Amino acid sequence: MSASASAPTLPASIGQGISDRLSKKASRHVKERIIETVLFAAAAFSVFVTLAIVYVLVKESWSFFEHVPLTDFLFDTQWTPLFDDAHYGIVVLLSGTLTSSAVALVVAIPLGTIIALYLSEFAGFKVREIAKPFLELLGGVPTIVYGYFALTFLTPILQKIYPDLPGFNLLSAGLVMGVMIIPYVASLSEDAMRAVPMALREGSYAMGATRLQTALWVVTPAATSGIASAYILGISRAVGETMILAVAAGMQPNLTFNPTEPGATITSYIVQVALGDLPHGSIGYQTIFAAGLTLLLMTLFFNLLGHWLRKRFREVY
Amino acid sequence: MQVPNVMEAGVEGTVLKAEVRDLDFYYGAFHALKRVSMPIYDRHVTALIGPSGCGKSTLLRCFNRMHDLYPGNRYAGGGIVFHPDNTNLLSPEVDPIEVRMRISMVFQKPNPFPKSIYENVAYSLRVRGMRNKNELDDRVESALKGAALWNEVSNRLGELGANLSGGQQQRLCIARALASDPEIILFDEPTSALDPIATASIEELVTELKEKVTILIVTHNMQQAARISDYTAYMYLGEMVEFGITDQLFIKPQKKATEDYITGRFG
Repeated sequence: MSASASAPTLPASIGQGISDRLSKKASRHVKERIIETVLFAAAAFSVFVTLAIVYVLVKESWSFFEHVPLTDFLFDTQWTPLFDDAHYGIVVLLSGTLTSSAVALVVAIPLGTIIALYLSEFAGFKVREIAKPFLELLGGVPTIVYGYFALTFLTPILQKIYPDLPGFNLLSAGLVMGVMIIPYVASLSEDAMRAVPMALREGSYAMGATRLQTALWVVTPAATSGIASAYILGISRAVGETMILAVAAGMQPNLTFNPTEPGATITSYIVQVALGDLPHGSIGYQTIFAAGLTLLLMTLFFNLLGHWLRKRFREVY
Repeated sequence: MQVPNVMEAGVEGTVLKAEVRDLDFYYGAFHALKRVSMPIYDRHVTALIGPSGCGKSTLLRCFNRMHDLYPGNRYAGGGIVFHPDNTNLLSPEVDPIEVRMRISMVFQKPNPFPKSIYENVAYSLRVRGMRNKNELDDRVESALKGAALWNEVSNRLGELGANLSGGQQQRLCIARALASDPEIILFDEPTSALDPIATASIEELVTELKEKVTILIVTHNMQQAARISDYTAYMYLGEMVEFGITDQLFIKPQKKATEDYITGRFG
């Protein structure tokens, strides 16, 4: 279309008519437009849903914050929204979320990274073909199953080692959550490591490096950005995990960073209230939107951090 | 095909650094090297030429046991005798890592590690467990000088190797290969990814390096082989067709096949 704007520089006798062979075909044009519209609608739908979720969270949280000052929400050290003497200190739930996530990550990050290194750099073709599906199966186990596994299997074992451990505790839930996250960390880290060009590995081997030296000193630094993304995804999974904690961690709001205590997390609190019989529109009910908004902001922060890390440590090979 | 008598080509005063003897090599079922024999003379440049797929890179990668990295590769007979050790490099009892410490390699495409210039060069020393900072500094400096890169990078050793230009990256890879004081350096078409100016500087460097180290270079570029090598081996379909002093081989090849190739009638 715009190309015709440059035509006047040609002599007037050239390009006056348009031959049939070269003229625009209406049917092709219409088809292109329809396809483009459908594709745009699909993309717009996901944006719309995201915005709608944010709208609902912000709107409901807004009416919550009309009753509860933001300073109370951030700095109060009690979370008792259902009591007569109601307190709304989100740090209580946050402490549960952070403690259980920390326990999970202490399990998932080292194990996930080691598994990724093994599968990418050491395992033969056959071992990898067998081990990977099993690993992915670990990620496919429903989290409610993990929750009962923590409550009825792991906690009794931990109680033998540490008899004072309560039946519901953040430790057991966190450890199992870590196992659940391993496949995500391992699989994405392995993809990042495998994407490192063979030429770099050959360069390392040709200098007389061993497999371990190559894996740790060349492959891992080259894959940093992908590995960092894997960790961030693991953190997001840990922060957002609900069922394991609801089942095995006790759902008691408890300001503590001690994993051997029971605790409630943001997510398990939301489940508790959503399943309960609080009237819609009450303050108690609206707390879950404020909690949900907090969770959304946390995962948004981690996603942005991941994005930044990807750009900062972009693969340079 | 008759195996050329490798010793005939020798010149007074040259010392053997290695000998390929009746080497057979397979990629799975594919017979890639067929009873290949050739000498490698100490502190000389030997070029391997031939059309794509003739086995020249395969032969080169036997010298530092790169084929060991991939399953299905098989050294099927003969060997490479390394001097003065008088040891077959391909023997199962030889540790490939020890081989690679003595025989270094520069690749076709510059492949600096995602590390600083300094750490790229120090890499081959660190894998040997060298920790002494002063010693590392000295060795890195002399390797960079040896690769004619020191003047360009001495004030920015902490920058990423990948920030250098293509030709500089390749010289960085040469410095990396030099740092460990190898006895042989293998070059696998080191200039095929470089522009003519960078190519000229690498060629000059190779010519300088042969004062200290034995060089084996695979090249697609016959003019390059003629310019920088002392000996040339022409390979075709996994066989050693002709080995000779470069000037003689290019001016008066013994075999019709070699003549056809170097005159451009074929390949």
